Amino acid sequence: MNGPHDLGGMHGLGAIPIEENEPVFHSEWEAKVFAMSFATFSTFFPVDETRHAAEQIPASEYLSSSYYERWLAALELLLAKHDWLTTAEIEARMAQLRQTEE
Amino acid sequence: MTTHHHRSESEIALRVKAIESLLIEKGIVDPAALDTIIEHYEHQVGPHVGAQIVAKAWVDPDFKHRLLADGTAAIAELGLTGFSSEHMIVVENTATVHNLIVCTLCSCYPWAILGLPPTWYKSLAYRSRAVIEPRSVLAEFGLVLPDTVEVRVWDSNADLRYLVLPERPDGTAELSEEALAALVTRNAMIGTAKVQLPSPPTPIAA
Repeated sequence: MNGPHDLGGMHGLGAIPIEENEPVFHSEWEAKVFAMSFATFSTFFPVDETRHAAEQIPASEYLSSSYYERWLAALELLLAKHDWLTTAEIEARMAQLRQTEE
Repeated sequence: MTTHHHRSESEIALRVKAIESLLIEKGIVDPAALDTIIEHYEHQVGPHVGAQIVAKAWVDPDFKHRLLADGTAAIAELGLTGFSSEHMIVVENTATVHNLIVCTLCSCYPWAILGLPPTWYKSLAYRSRAVIEPRSVLAEFGLVLPDTVEVRVWDSNADLRYLVLPERPDGTAELSEEALAALVTRNAMIGTAKVQLPSPPTPIAA
């Protein structure tokens, strides 16, 4: 399938973002997205299904998201597809967490 | 999935926290397992694993021969096979051939051997450009190769991943395998750098 992930040879994507002494994860949320994805794809979904999910991300979003934002989108897609977690549940929980934090 | 093009970091962090708490409540993920996974990739695996393979190949010609003939089997001999590195091809840099690894479709990378990939390897710029203008990409890393050196670019995929066996630098004949391993960097094993000798220490007056 052709899609935004098929990047080989594409022009206009700029300079290589080289970062010295880069940490493995740049934030707690990146580490958690990685770990939740790893935990699910090593237990419930084959890793190829996770990759396929990342390829379902709409092109404009794919190209404007960071690596772990794409992982997050793929994870949410898979969780919804397997009827484990809906976007509505996630957003309801976010609203709850916001209240608790206030 | 909703479409949000520019969520703030704090918005994303909250979203991830919400998903985590829900998955834990539903028993889909175990919080201790999440910590173990993060610890493994932050502290256990990393380029030091690949560096051991490279140093071994530099000091042991028979191992080097086996590594280049069948990377998967030779890495298994050392007990270093792991998730995302099950099938490996090792390519050798020489005075006339320089190899560079990319994954244009995703960011496939030998996790068990090099750890998780750096941001630049996962960037859209590297994924798109490495296959079409590898010499300019290498120049951005400060590596300018003469035209007489052939550049070979290898595009990884889900099932097959690559490791560059860099050239052993001159002046290292006396170094132990362990000291050699300490010279080998991540970028040298992807092909965006060469292995360098550390600057000579300043002589200390006796």
